[in-house]
Amino acid sequence: MDNETRLGLYKTMVLSRSFEEAILRDYHADKKPVWDIGAGLIPGEMHLSSGQEPVAAGMCAHLTSNDAITATHRPHHFAIAHGMDLRLLAAEIFGRETGLGKGRGGHMHLFDPSIHFSCSGIIAEGYPPALGIAFAFQRQGKDSVVVAVTGEGAANQGAFHESLNLAALWKLPVVFVIEDNDWAISVPRDASTSIRSNAVRATSYGIRGTRIQDNSVEGVWDAAKTAVERARAGEGPSLIEVHTVRLWGHFEGDAQAYRSDLDSLIDPIPAYANQLESDGVLSREMIGSISQEAKMRVEDAIEFAKSSPLPSATEVDRYVFA
Amino acid sequence: MVITGAPSESVTARKLTTAKAMVEAISQEMDRDPSIFVMGEDIGAYGGIFSSTSGLLEKFGPQRIMDTPISETAFMGLATGAAVEGMRPIVELMFVDFFGVCMDQIYNHMAKIHYESGGNVKVPVVLMTAVGGGYSDGAQHSQCLWGVFAHLPGMKVVVPSNPYDAKGLMISAIRDDNPVIYMFHKGVMGLPWMAKNPRSLGPVPEKPYEVPIGRAAVVRTGRDLTIVTLSLSVHHALDAADELASQGIDCEVIDLRSLVPLDREAVLESVAKTGRLLVVDEDYQSFGLTGEIAAVVAEKDPRLLKAPVSRLAMPDIPIPYSRTLEYAVLPTAERIAAAARLVMA
Repeated sequence: MDNETRLGLYKTMVLSRSFEEAILRDYHADKKPVWDIGAGLIPGEMHLSSGQEPVAAGMCAHLTSNDAITATHRPHHFAIAHGMDLRLLAAEIFGRETGLGKGRGGHMHLFDPSIHFSCSGIIAEGYPPALGIAFAFQRQGKDSVVVAVTGEGAANQGAFHESLNLAALWKLPVVFVIEDNDWAISVPRDASTSIRSNAVRATSYGIRGTRIQDNSVEGVWDAAKTAVERARAGEGPSLIEVHTVRLWGHFEGDAQAYRSDLDSLIDPIPAYANQLESDGVLSREMIGSISQEAKMRVEDAIEFAKSSPLPSATEVDRYVFA
Repeated sequence: MVITGAPSESVTARKLTTAKAMVEAISQEMDRDPSIFVMGEDIGAYGGIFSSTSGLLEKFGPQRIMDTPISETAFMGLATGAAVEGMRPIVELMFVDFFGVCMDQIYNHMAKIHYESGGNVKVPVVLMTAVGGGYSDGAQHSQCLWGVFAHLPGMKVVVPSNPYDAKGLMISAIRDDNPVIYMFHKGVMGLPWMAKNPRSLGPVPEKPYEVPIGRAAVVRTGRDLTIVTLSLSVHHALDAADELASQGIDCEVIDLRSLVPLDREAVLESVAKTGRLLVVDEDYQSFGLTGEIAAVVAEKDPRLLKAPVSRLAMPDIPIPYSRTLEYAVLPTAERIAAAARLVMA
């Protein structure tokens, strides 16, 4: 892997983290003194993806805006890695008229046709629409592919199994990605899943399955390269499971009392910075300037969101029908 | 009052069954628009269990007419995804009763994406599905359930009762940029292997035409009593109206044809004239269509009514298997006539 690619992966992860740190800050800023999930400039559930950036950065490095992503209730890292306009993303999270869904969607329901991005708040149910996007690409004679993301908890849903079978049967250009962050909210993987690797489940449907054990962005990048190339070449779907890490709660406000692994978590971003530094790809100065640049872009987006108008209540029924 | 619905036979002499009218609509639209495809269970070589796709595989081939695995969640979602990317899928759910295994894809995805996206993403899917009982298929294969779909915002719901509307509503549904659920009663399809109403064979123009979604049809005019209904019950209501006419009761029969959008004006206009309302529904009674139609009048002006609203719907019990039991709950012509006489009493 060349230095430019490695640097690109790092920058993508840093941008995503910066964005979520700003959301975290503003999300909690006005929910005090009595914490109220529905209060503040950013109301509602907030599922942040920090720790899982390697999965998105490694996958999306192989995609263009002609490729599609169906993401989960925890979608920001994939949205950002796939090139979503940060202003439109932030404005939707702040519930503004200028947001991607004009404030009708929220952070679990981001739709950006310009980069073929969508996500769903229902576990595993982003897989079936991914089949249709892939089907359309195939029938339209495009070489575009779809990356369909779920967590490891979703691999026990019917939608997951139906989708793997149908994608394999119709040789659809889909890369199924499982972010195994060890936790389905509070239920550990050992208590939910009868096998250690979901790559086995891919094999059982006649498609390639890979498990990456170490949350390595370069490991994801390697596996993604093969899977995306195969899908583009008409060789059908693949599955990549990445053992990643959920650094924060399932949602903000989750006290995580059920969790005993909090002291042993490895943050992949400083870890990758160290690796790149020791390989001579990154300097301390560059780490600072990359972080600075990301923060500037993020704060611009947050400012745009905050200064945008709220949707008009008189237009609440607009967009029910086309 | 404008009388809409099937043209007189002088306009078109050709007759088709409802099933054949549906297939002709799909076929003509597929000729026009290559982005249309059809998928579902047994819709290829079999031609649809209720003949909704007969002959399409032979004409369009397996690239556009696709049998799916028994994976309703996967292929409902596939329809949504394909529609989002510019195709126009027609997807069949073999029996509406099967909605339970794929409702998340229908309701949380197909129906909501346009709204959640602030109008940026359109989902032009036609979801066609067989409904209704009367042939002892039991509690899991005989329901209508249109009330469920009409209750949930984001999908249009159309329910043709005759061959002419079946073709026109299918064409409108395919051309609509929203998800449309198209619910056809097995008893109006004109199937050779099931008891059928004579009106399941009717005049259908050969050229493509649209029946507008959201417009009810006055299928019989009358002075004394308005019967609002849809689907197979339209035929039972017309049969009942014939009988009642000989007893001096002049019924007006309204075929709603669409539940979403609902033609409230057509109901109000008729009730303003007759002053009496009987709502007939093969779907369950509570929290359903009959209550909704009653509310349309009650909210507008209850003084339109000379007698209390009457409802005849499936009682709130699972649909029984035994013929004796099933026909004890279906809204038959006899039961409609009896209910009408009570309203007039």
